[in-house]
Amino acid sequence: MTDATTDSAMTAAPLAKVETPFQRFRAEFFESKIATVALGIFLIIVLLAILAPWITPQNPYDLAQVTIMDGRLPPGSEAFDGYTMWLGSDGAGRDLYSAILYGLRISLTVGLASGVIALLFGMAVGLIAAYAGGRIEVLIMRIVDLQLSFPASLVALMMVAALGKGVDKIILALVIAQWAYYARTVRATALVERGKEYVEAAQCLGISQSRIVFRHILPNCMAPLIVVGTVQTASAISLEATLSFLGVGLPQTEPSIGVLIANGFEYMLSGRYWISVFPGAALLLTVVSINLVGDHLRDVLNPRLKK
Amino acid sequence: MTVFIIRRMLQALLVVCLMSVIVFFGVNIVGDPIYMLVSPDADQADIEAAIARLGLDRPIWEQYVLFLKGAAQGDLGDSFIFGESALKLILHHMPATMELAFSALILAIVIGIPLGLYAGLYPDSRRSKGIMAASILGFSLPTFWVGLMLIMLFAVELRWVPATGRGDLGSFLGIQSSLLTPDGLSHIFLPALNLALLKISLAIRLTRAGVREAMGQDYVKYARAKGLSTRRIILVHVMKNIMIPVVTVMGLEFGSLIGFSVVTETIFAWPGMGKLLIDAILQLDRPVVVAYLMIIVLFFVLINLIVDIIYSILDPRVRLQDQGA
Amino acid sequence: MTAVLEISGLKTHFFTHAGVVKAVDGVDFTVSKGEVMGLVGESGSGKSITGFSILGLIDQPGRIVEGSIKFNGSEIANVSEEELKKLRGNRISMIFQDPMMTLNPVLRVDTQMIEAIRAHENVSKQTAWERSRDALGLVGIPSPEERLQAYPHQLSGGMRQRVAIATAFLNKPDLIIADEPTTALDVTIQAQIIHEAQKLTKQTGTAMIWITHDLAVVAGLADRISVMYAGRIVEQGGIDDVIDRPLHPYTVGLLGSVPTANRRGQRLFQIEGMTPNMLALPEGCAFGPRCQARKAACNAQPPIEDVEGRRLRCFNPQRVAEVTS
Repeated sequence: MTDATTDSAMTAAPLAKVETPFQRFRAEFFESKIATVALGIFLIIVLLAILAPWITPQNPYDLAQVTIMDGRLPPGSEAFDGYTMWLGSDGAGRDLYSAILYGLRISLTVGLASGVIALLFGMAVGLIAAYAGGRIEVLIMRIVDLQLSFPASLVALMMVAALGKGVDKIILALVIAQWAYYARTVRATALVERGKEYVEAAQCLGISQSRIVFRHILPNCMAPLIVVGTVQTASAISLEATLSFLGVGLPQTEPSIGVLIANGFEYMLSGRYWISVFPGAALLLTVVSINLVGDHLRDVLNPRLKK
Repeated sequence: MTVFIIRRMLQALLVVCLMSVIVFFGVNIVGDPIYMLVSPDADQADIEAAIARLGLDRPIWEQYVLFLKGAAQGDLGDSFIFGESALKLILHHMPATMELAFSALILAIVIGIPLGLYAGLYPDSRRSKGIMAASILGFSLPTFWVGLMLIMLFAVELRWVPATGRGDLGSFLGIQSSLLTPDGLSHIFLPALNLALLKISLAIRLTRAGVREAMGQDYVKYARAKGLSTRRIILVHVMKNIMIPVVTVMGLEFGSLIGFSVVTETIFAWPGMGKLLIDAILQLDRPVVVAYLMIIVLFFVLINLIVDIIYSILDPRVRLQDQGA
Repeated sequence: MTAVLEISGLKTHFFTHAGVVKAVDGVDFTVSKGEVMGLVGESGSGKSITGFSILGLIDQPGRIVEGSIKFNGSEIANVSEEELKKLRGNRISMIFQDPMMTLNPVLRVDTQMIEAIRAHENVSKQTAWERSRDALGLVGIPSPEERLQAYPHQLSGGMRQRVAIATAFLNKPDLIIADEPTTALDVTIQAQIIHEAQKLTKQTGTAMIWITHDLAVVAGLADRISVMYAGRIVEQGGIDDVIDRPLHPYTVGLLGSVPTANRRGQRLFQIEGMTPNMLALPEGCAFGPRCQARKAACNAQPPIEDVEGRRLRCFNPQRVAEVTS
């Protein structure tokens, strides 16, 4: 009547193969070719920026190496010192390839630094708001909402107008423009987590508040923070470029990408497109690749879209 | 409903007062206020006269009251560069910015929402993936760079439209606008498109996200179980649900459009408030900066208020809460 | 008695990343005119999926892979969407579990009822409105005109479900599929809803499939019962037959788990083990790992056979003493 089967079937059903959340995340992330390529491009850009002093023929900040006689040369021309300017030179005689890589260093540093500081500050504020509750929370969130209703560029502009020029002031302005996004994200997630039962359970067990916050709540906030972080970093880099372009950003002596583009603006109509276009392309690649990665991260980390 | 509106208006008023305090005291803390209000090349005698005239030797809170009084009367100081009232200057440049912001908003809605709808309904089609990729480009590309490219392509290479400036004004019902003349339209096209780019991307992503979330909801499945046509499900059930957040966000974004116009106006030499602001910052024309700030704050608060009211009209759950369910 | 619905060999599988989930794996039953069939099982047993399969509401990554669904003699499994739309809400209606989620929160009750009528019949809005009002009266809702103007969140849970029931009966369908309609409600309201449903089916002669995990609900309501486990029917027969003399160990367990007054003080009987992992079902009888009456033969998949006037899928049926209730 029945087919003979092995004894193992007498025991409970076999366990399905289980992978760790991180493995699943990694697998899902790399499913998107676009995001993977974007990540690769971004890493290459960062690498190039870090290695800039070693892979460029010229240090564009060293005035001794820059001569006006090299100015406005089209791509491929030969410089005074004998090396080839593959991307041409700008109005002051800086080799664009070198200038772009050095400029990337500054832009990336400013963008990442302001992003990280804004994240830490915003995260602290968000956690305090979620935990303090009551009037403190309402007050903090009102301020956050107020600030968020203004576009970041305007806030940054205002800050710069008030604080003046300089790298540190730019970073401060960018931090002030960004912290609110982080604060809001962290507070929202912290509130959701705080309402969950495992926190109540932990509290019942007498675990200290700070331990609950750091070991339990924070890791759960990581996912949305990462997504916001990537997008905000790209936005910060873009913002710095915009400010520099408008003339209120970083100084001329150590040009970031934005300054380079601004310098090249006047040459656009006379056909010397490369002075603006190449730095622009570099900025584009950086910002777009970060955004592509961040966008895909959002899809991957979003539990509501899971099938 | 009226209670709701009144409550919101009081809140708005509170915010404006708060902001005026912040602006005033901020300005006074950052630097010696006398240099805020007096031309940089005044000599000692002028400065002392100005201090007396402006009451800067009085206690700070008295100065604040004076400031408020002046503000209520529309006097926020005179521009260093132009010599006339800073407020008047800004109001004079406002219509141009309004035009630009308004056109950009229309473009964003008309282009962004349908594209987002398509991308949400058919998320796996190639066209949708293309739309989403384009939207990422849309908000990644810095506005000023896109503006440059637009000028290069359409004005310099193709010569379809002029590169900079505002066109001729036409008149309708007493309102003057460059949208009413063909020359005006050709001038506004590029800057409006430039300004709209970010908002188009935002509209696409918002609409798409809303549609995707709505389609997964039980009420859509139930509507299908009732045998309703797909057209009705999308246009009535889904749209009504997503319109609420979309309208809210787009409305709030209008405010940011005004603020954001700074960059676009600079590139396209559009004579609006934004360009005025940048010039003022670069030339240290502080009264204009302060006046701009106050106007912008007022604007944002107003817009927030209007959007709040519209939201409560659209979402029956909010509207009927006050009446008690 | 004529068969309104005849299902044979129905298999609905879901092709997920993690593997194939055979949610419904070989289900047969028939429902006759005026008959109430109770479909009972735990979550994950496949009972809801069976309901959705009938109406063709299975979305990706699932689909009906095999089997026949005959409605009034015609095959409707895997027919075109157009054909299905004509049936849905018209000849076959469905009532969902949670009316708060299934009624669109931003549309009024009358809108949602009227559209259900006008999707299938060309009548005026006025006529449709009147029919809706009468339907609401039939399910025992007081002042139906007022309720029609309301939004879903303004009604209580019980009332919302009555609206759902009224909507289901609007077009006088031949079959109603009720998917756990009382699970989200209080016990007292549950009783009322069940009573309303019973009354209406008797009055109109509509066939009904009542899907639930709660045996107590189905005991007083259904004429016949199908017990499902892991995607298959394990016992099926007349209600009194099955409840008074359950044969399948799972059915015995379900009945034993129901707390009743007569067994006060005795330990609650529990079926050991956990609900099966649909991705990794055992080779033999799916209930095997949890069965107290398991024998060696159960390592093979038991077929469903006619046993003592009912359908049974078990190698070792339990002949227990009459279960006192």
